[in-house]
Amino acid sequence: MPTYVRTDKCDGCKGQDKTACMYICPHDLMRLDKDGSETGHAMKAYNQEPEQCWECYSCVKICPQQAIECRHYADVVPLGAQVQPLRGSESIMWTIKFRNSTFKRFKFPIRTTAEGSVDPYKDKPSPNMDELTDHSTLFTKGTHSCDMNEFINREMSQIIDKLAE
Amino acid sequence: MPDNNFGNPEVVEEEVDILIIGGGMAACGAAFEIGRWVEGTDLKVKLVDKAALDRSGAVAQGLSAINTYMGENDPADYVRYVRGDLMGIVREDLVYDVGRHVDDSVHHFEEWGLPIWKQKGDEGKKLTEGGKPVRSGRWQIMINGESYKWIVAEAAKKALGMDRIQEHVFIVRLVTDKNDSTRIAAAAGFSVRDNKVYIYKFKCCLMVCGGAVNVFRPRSVGEGIGRAWFPVWNAGSTYAMAAECGATLTLMENRFVPARFKDGYGPVGAWFLLFKAKAMNAFGEDYQAKNFEILKDNKYDAYASGPKMGTCLRNHLMMKELREGRGPILMDTPTAMAKLAENMTPEEIKHLEAEAWEDFLDMTISQCGVWAGENIEPDKEMSELVPTEPYLLGSHAGCAGIWVSGPEDLPGTPDSYHWGYNRMTTVKGLFTAGDGVGASGHKFSSGSHSEGRIAAKAMVKFALDHRDWKPEPEKTAEELVEEIYRPVRTFLEHKDYTTAIDVNPHYITPKMYQFRLQKIMDEYVAGVSTQYQTNRKMLEIAERKLKMLWEDRKKLRAKDLHELLRAWENYHRMITATAHMKHIQFREETRYPGYYYRMDHLDIDDGNWKCFVNSRYDRETAEWKLWKEKYTQLIKPSDDEPEGLHRPGSEV
Ligand SMILES: Cc1cc2nc3c(=O)[nH]c(=O)nc-3n(C[C@H](O)[C@H](O)[C@H](O)COP(=O)(O)OP(=O)(O)OC[C@H]3O[C@@H](n4cnc5c(N)ncnc54)[C@H](O)[C@@H]3O)c2cc1C
Ligand code: SF4
Ligand code: SF4
Repeated sequence: MPTYVRTDKCDGCKGQDKTACMYICPHDLMRLDKDGSETGHAMKAYNQEPEQCWECYSCVKICPQQAIECRHYADVVPLGAQVQPLRGSESIMWTIKFRNSTFKRFKFPIRTTAEGSVDPYKDKPSPNMDELTDHSTLFTKGTHSCDMNEFINREMSQIIDKLAE
Repeated sequence: MPDNNFGNPEVVEEEVDILIIGGGMAACGAAFEIGRWVEGTDLKVKLVDKAALDRSGAVAQGLSAINTYMGENDPADYVRYVRGDLMGIVREDLVYDVGRHVDDSVHHFEEWGLPIWKQKGDEGKKLTEGGKPVRSGRWQIMINGESYKWIVAEAAKKALGMDRIQEHVFIVRLVTDKNDSTRIAAAAGFSVRDNKVYIYKFKCCLMVCGGAVNVFRPRSVGEGIGRAWFPVWNAGSTYAMAAECGATLTLMENRFVPARFKDGYGPVGAWFLLFKAKAMNAFGEDYQAKNFEILKDNKYDAYASGPKMGTCLRNHLMMKELREGRGPILMDTPTAMAKLAENMTPEEIKHLEAEAWEDFLDMTISQCGVWAGENIEPDKEMSELVPTEPYLLGSHAGCAGIWVSGPEDLPGTPDSYHWGYNRMTTVKGLFTAGDGVGASGHKFSSGSHSEGRIAAKAMVKFALDHRDWKPEPEKTAEELVEEIYRPVRTFLEHKDYTTAIDVNPHYITPKMYQFRLQKIMDEYVAGVSTQYQTNRKMLEIAERKLKMLWEDRKKLRAKDLHELLRAWENYHRMITATAHMKHIQFREETRYPGYYYRMDHLDIDDGNWKCFVNSRYDRETAEWKLWKEKYTQLIKPSDDEPEGLHRPGSEV
């Protein structure tokens, strides 16, 4: 299901240095055709290697113009269906259209905090440099409780201790 | 088309104390942990990712579950589960280490904003406040995970600050130190955006570039070849770069062949565990029950019961049906949903349907595309399952990877398990985590994050201990540019020899290079086309063909930066694939039936092979050295573990 860019919607991210889709694609697939020499459509983006698309929808979700959609991979999937998201700040809405026109819509929460609000070290303990080689803890000190009797050698060393007594 | 400077990149050199290579779950964990430890020091840190942190790595689409969360369980039981799934041979020290730290990462994800499902009555209550998660299995918890990576990346970016992060730079190779070839001093790569080569010098680095995808020919052939199960952009960089600087690899014979919904690669975990669906063969038979007896034939039954039956053994039961013509394997989704709906209100049924779709929409959107395109509604029609092409990875249900030093505080760890800093490889200053660490699978997203944190802490110690050491890479900037840009120069030199840009006797396109690799692996190293079967003779042929592919690396071409990226990705794939082939050749047994079969050694042979297989690559001669490394059991076997897991490791 490689992505495609709709000529009627893409505005080339208004000629900014980085387009959103180019920035986000984890596989370096989206490309802006500045002068139209590659696609015949100047200042519009395109998927330069559709057969490498993971269909992760990262570009679809981020495009400010909703210009990117997916057409399911043609060597496998019959034509006519579409799966399209609309991602907001708290939730994502999915519209699924089947080949036979069955239609489904789902909405799911995506996060419980405002975007950009993460404060990773707020109220966290300061690291104690003396604990740098203590493997049983990380700086946040959230180690799970451990039953050390589950170790084979733990018991052996206890037996050895007993014998020594 | 190339600009005027194409072929003559600008060189950007930077010296830091610690470099993090990759931006996935492990890297984000490392960033979070390290930011705090270096606060009071003058240590310089940098993170470099080939893509953008918000969506890079395996979690780009999101996930619908966190697969490793201890909660009420003891980490020792987690070790039992992992060794059961991976046929008895894992580094229990490393697995345990992840187990005791993983929940803390999960608690942070929730604090940062990741929605974690709670049981009725506990809605709105955080895990840390005693909120009970919805479990889809003993170790898995359900989430609304569309923005999982986005959230985790936000914390990592805040922890480091964007000035300590460089996105869109692909690292090609590590460089050892001029004065000590067992130590690394630098990493070199290039920008996929501008004509620049980047060289980072450092005291130590974390290599966390994920696993290896598209090493084998995928089942799809045309437009769909990018739709692999694992993320196509993880090209084995982790293993290849570590191998090339002399790091010891372990269990590279291991692979993961997930059974997934056909063509879309949709996950089956929630369907089996949460919705209690059953799979059957073409005749409606429960093939798992029916075939259970065959596990005795080759001593596979010694690993076939207990807390976790090996995933590969489940595949084995399925593959028998496919080989013998009783396919397709069908997941009975309608019966499962009807059963669940029996006691539900219409409102609850609607919710159930949404949950079933969300499982895909949160991590494998294409599966919805396949279903919508073929008019399949899971409550009305069954869907096909199929074993996919093989993947190499160390954090999911597989354990290929790098041999690392473990924690020293766990009782009974042998000396061979720790020689230095936690998660350091056998090369001084080179650390890894997540998919990079071998012999300790089932970390998944949360465990990879925790392991990145564990490694980060150890790297701070390393950097402080070597405060006065100055890296001196054994290669000059000119030599590195020459090497990294060779595909570009090859193209520029020969492009006008023929009229067809892709057909030229002087070079090979990265795409054809990949196809050649995939064909060799598929046909000789137990890919889909031979039903995952191989033998000594087939491996000999593979070896010869791979050698020639290695020779042709010098003829890779790159007509633009995008192709330069593909050229190096496929080079990394080739090295990784060769390691895989060599390990399969060395281990003369079938340890992972259902993942691959050595047809000339079909049994599990605990007497000789209950041990790790380790290897070391010599970059100059392209020779591999392989040997057996002893397995030591650390956690007591429990009564419900099968016979094989009670056996000690074989003598090596
Ligand atoms: C389809 C799928 C489903 C999964 N389901 C679940 C699940 O339900 N629950 C769960 O907990 N886990 C799940 N996982 C597993 C989880 O995603 C991984 O365990 C985890 O992401 C591994 O972390 P990592 O950091 O090792 O690799 P990744 O997260 O993959 O990160 C690799 C990073 O390296 C970068 N990189 C690669 N090569 C280079 C290079 N040469 N130079 C610079 N940067 C590079 C990439 O851009 C990326 O940032 C799933 C994975 C997949 C693919
Ligand atoms: S993000 Fe959307 S609008 Fe911007 S260049 Fe890409 S397709 Fe066009
Ligand atoms: S769907 Fe994903 S892989 Fe495909 S072009 Fe968009 S961002 Fe890239």
